[in-house]
Amino acid sequence: MLTLTCPCCGVSGEETEFAPGGEAHLKRFGPGSSDEDFRDYLFQRQNPRGVHFERWRHAFGCGKWFHAARCTQTLEVFGTYPGQTSTPTPDIIAAIKARRPEWEPQA
Amino acid sequence: MTTRLSKGGRLIDRTRPVKFQFNGQYYKGFAGDTLASALLANGHTTVGRSFKYHRPRGIVASGAEEPNALMGLGTGNRFEPNARATVVELQDGTYAESQNHWPSLAFDVGVLNDSLSKFFPAGFYYKTFMYPRAAWKHVFEPVIRAAAGLGKAPTKADPDTYEYYYAYTDVLVIGAGLAGLTAARQAADAGLRVLILEQSPHVGGRLNTEEADVEGAPGADWARAEAAALAAMPNVTLRTRTMGAGVYDHGYILANERLDGPVRERLWRIRAKQVVTATGAIERPLAFAGNDRPGVMLASAVRDYVALYGVSPGDRTVVVTNNDDAYRTAIALKRAGLDVPAILDARPAATGPLPRMARELGIRVELGKGIAKVVGGKTLKSVEICAHAGEGAVLEVIPCECVAMSGGWSPIVHLWSHCGGKLTWDEDLIAFRPDLERAPTGDRGQGFVLPAGAANGYFSATQIVEDAVAMGQRAVREAGGSPASGTAPTVTEDVTEEAPAMPVWMMPERASYKLRSKAFLDFQNDVKVSDVQLAAQEGYESVEHTKRYTTLGMATDQGKLSNINGLAILADSLGAAIPDVGTTTFRPPYTPVTIGTLAGEARGALFKPLRKTAIDGWHEAQGATFEPVADWRRPFAYPKNGESVHAAVNREVLTAREKVSLLDASTLGKILVKGPDAGKFLNLMYTNPMAGLKPGRCRYGLMLNENGFLWDDGVVARLDEDTFLVHTTTGNSDRVHAWFEEWLQTEWWDMQVYTANVTEQYAQVAVVGPKARELLQAMGTDMDLSNDALPFMGWADGTIGGIKARVYRISFSGELSYEVAIPAGQGLAFWEAAMEAGAPMGVAPYGTEALHVLRAEKGFIIVGDESDGTVTPHDLGLSWAVSQKKEDFIGKRALERADLTREGRKQLVGLETVEPSVVLPDGAHAVEHDRMIGHVTSTYFSPTLGRSIAMALIEGGLSRTGDMLEFPISDDKTIRAKIVSPVFYDPEGARQNV
Ligand SMILES: [Zn+2]
Repeated sequence: MLTLTCPCCGVSGEETEFAPGGEAHLKRFGPGSSDEDFRDYLFQRQNPRGVHFERWRHAFGCGKWFHAARCTQTLEVFGTYPGQTSTPTPDIIAAIKARRPEWEPQA
Repeated sequence: MTTRLSKGGRLIDRTRPVKFQFNGQYYKGFAGDTLASALLANGHTTVGRSFKYHRPRGIVASGAEEPNALMGLGTGNRFEPNARATVVELQDGTYAESQNHWPSLAFDVGVLNDSLSKFFPAGFYYKTFMYPRAAWKHVFEPVIRAAAGLGKAPTKADPDTYEYYYAYTDVLVIGAGLAGLTAARQAADAGLRVLILEQSPHVGGRLNTEEADVEGAPGADWARAEAAALAAMPNVTLRTRTMGAGVYDHGYILANERLDGPVRERLWRIRAKQVVTATGAIERPLAFAGNDRPGVMLASAVRDYVALYGVSPGDRTVVVTNNDDAYRTAIALKRAGLDVPAILDARPAATGPLPRMARELGIRVELGKGIAKVVGGKTLKSVEICAHAGEGAVLEVIPCECVAMSGGWSPIVHLWSHCGGKLTWDEDLIAFRPDLERAPTGDRGQGFVLPAGAANGYFSATQIVEDAVAMGQRAVREAGGSPASGTAPTVTEDVTEEAPAMPVWMMPERASYKLRSKAFLDFQNDVKVSDVQLAAQEGYESVEHTKRYTTLGMATDQGKLSNINGLAILADSLGAAIPDVGTTTFRPPYTPVTIGTLAGEARGALFKPLRKTAIDGWHEAQGATFEPVADWRRPFAYPKNGESVHAAVNREVLTAREKVSLLDASTLGKILVKGPDAGKFLNLMYTNPMAGLKPGRCRYGLMLNENGFLWDDGVVARLDEDTFLVHTTTGNSDRVHAWFEEWLQTEWWDMQVYTANVTEQYAQVAVVGPKARELLQAMGTDMDLSNDALPFMGWADGTIGGIKARVYRISFSGELSYEVAIPAGQGLAFWEAAMEAGAPMGVAPYGTEALHVLRAEKGFIIVGDESDGTVTPHDLGLSWAVSQKKEDFIGKRALERADLTREGRKQLVGLETVEPSVVLPDGAHAVEHDRMIGHVTSTYFSPTLGRSIAMALIEGGLSRTGDMLEFPISDDKTIRAKIVSPVFYDPEGARQNV
């Protein structure tokens, strides 16, 4: 059971206090998009072994969505950051690089 | 025969005799005995039958690793299966039954399996399931079912109480032996919060058996004093009878505490910054023919029974070993006045201090020798000895009652491994030990488990203390503290030097097939050396596959004794090195935890909170039958004295159609959506154009997911320019609210919208029927409820019966209908006033079943009945509710996908059975040309129409009106039904518009 820190209210809590929301920073494709883009938006996920950006909600706390950067292999949490961003923040990229110098963000 | 010695037994109190029952007979033991030691003291060598071959089995071990002595404990509702006799504390009145024998322990029909064992090879179950099927069904299964099974499940509800306990600590130490207490002392003196858990009732671990002095006192005495001193510190908690069960992500640990009070067991849910696993080591059996016979025990267990419980394993014990440590058993037996006819040492030489001591005591030591075969049945008769290097030619037969075997020791690495800690093969130890470079990692990537002492591969007391100090200090630093002095307790051991063990995985080295097929690796699952070799021969190279194929290590003991031996045999068969074959995965719990403990308080009414409306008490007083709807309970129907539920439903439906009726609709979700962008936002959430809704008006809306499938529906009311009140289905109120928040927070965070789930703030009562208006007026109101002032799909605020009310003119029955929302606290008052005012009009309440019939007669869908997560609004004939003008809404893009626009999708239709009294079964399949073309989604007897009605999703159904369909119900019964419009009653909608 993971522990996570909600960047909105600052509380560190047990995983049961949070609800997972899958891969972060997906771009929504709506009406007018190609079949391929729409398919990828709905179904295509990175599922990496390693650094992963995720959505979480502090479901049994402040109720806010936020992002977490986490290693799916070691379960290390590099940090959490607000939900209102379409890309990982420079701070979180730096935090990951500090722990995984060889890691490069995907274009 | 095993028996009680006249003296000795550190853990027992001979002044406190204890009476217990085993298989219906009374026996005596002492306080401090385990069930196993008491059984041995009473001469019980055979305590069970093996799972597959039903061979008689005896006690092998003295601790949690015991594979054979599984007991049914207690009776009736306190019955517990599969208890390990070696860890059951004997109490007055302990009631135990051996398991896995039929009809009796002495005579067992399943022994047949043993003589047929060549027909039960590795992979027997797989092979038999495959072919021949008939043999499985008619021969194997009935016999196996009757004769086998590891214990029986209790048949009655457990009357005891269990609870959870939450703990946060800096350093958690698992195991209170020499290593655990030493490591804990480091953390305690550093002022950190320390929690020490010990699975047995006493501290000290092997110090209780072995001859080592600590700080000048006998080890066992030191352990008790040190534990007491630690426990007295304000920052230290120590719990015995508490097993560290599992280590999980980020320093989360589960432990199981056994209690003897109003609470039977406790599940500890622990967060620790650092975990020290001081869990000791387990001795390995040796694999020789007949090593599973009752009377063959682990060497360490033999000296445990002598030292801890004063129990003799038999007058004559042959020790067989590949290491020096087992000599301690021979020495202990000799000193207790028992005979040791021989020590069989597989090694070519044994010259260390322990062999020297044994020889000085006059014990015969045979080097390079091993056991060819054990002779005996329910008791041991003799061993046939052979050259270990040979094929098993018998050199000599030595009569004995007990064989004490030792294949060396393996660190207990389970807890280290649970959360990803890796192991490394140690050639000197001939065992896997924790690889400290690859520890389980915590949330910052830091290692959070540190093994100490024997669990880390250090077996002498001197080394254990040294390692435990180091690990304890490391735990302190990792937990953010500063280590104090760090002095290690001084230890004096019986010997300071032990010669290395020699790898012995099979005895003798070149044993014949006949011997190998009686040399057991896994006692509980009856896996032999020959089974693992066969698996390798048949192409199983991965240890995980071999494990499943042979069932090695898959029993309730999780392979504590068999793991390394099985792995070594597999490696040898494959011609690979042991570390290259790898280990199987260790999974929690370390020893079984009862379901009662895991459930804790979450049983019965506390399993899940039941949501009740403000009017629930009234329903109950009226004798309503209830049904669960999501977490709520709702009245299903209100049968009057003697009335059947079916009759009550019919009556309730007709009352709503002909007079006036009340429904408690409080469970409907109610979500307030407010802000300058509320309309824009709801336009995206619903298929309908909500932004254009006028204040004072309501609109029925559909909610899709991004796949284009319907998942919720309900009526949306616009309260003012900025504010909407959204109704959801009963089951989805929390989900819809969360859905809104998700989109607002993660996609359209620029929108100014606020949402609040106000479901429980309001009670809601539907007043339904031709006399609905009359009833509300009779209650006394300042509102104009006329059709002109408050038309269909309008809403208004006012006061009814003196209660502040919001009235929605909406209908889920097709009748004149007002849904009245009042503050939840006034719900019951409103309901009672309405019942009173409506009495002269013949008012009656109706439940969810009448609600379903009323809506089905009108062809209204219910999400979850007509929709199942694969159905679009177009499939349901609800295209009118899907805006073509809006640029975007959730699910709009998906509705353009090829599969959702293709011909031949299932579409909603009505059905009328040819025989009007026959009601189709729910879910019945429509079959045409041997193909399933659809299924029934809702089906009722309509009292209004006096016939059965149904709705169904049928391929291309919308263009098939008038067609006759067949619904095969059984081989000789088919129901025929005609496709009609799903709106069976009042298709013009005149009745709700009056
Ligand atoms: Zn929060």
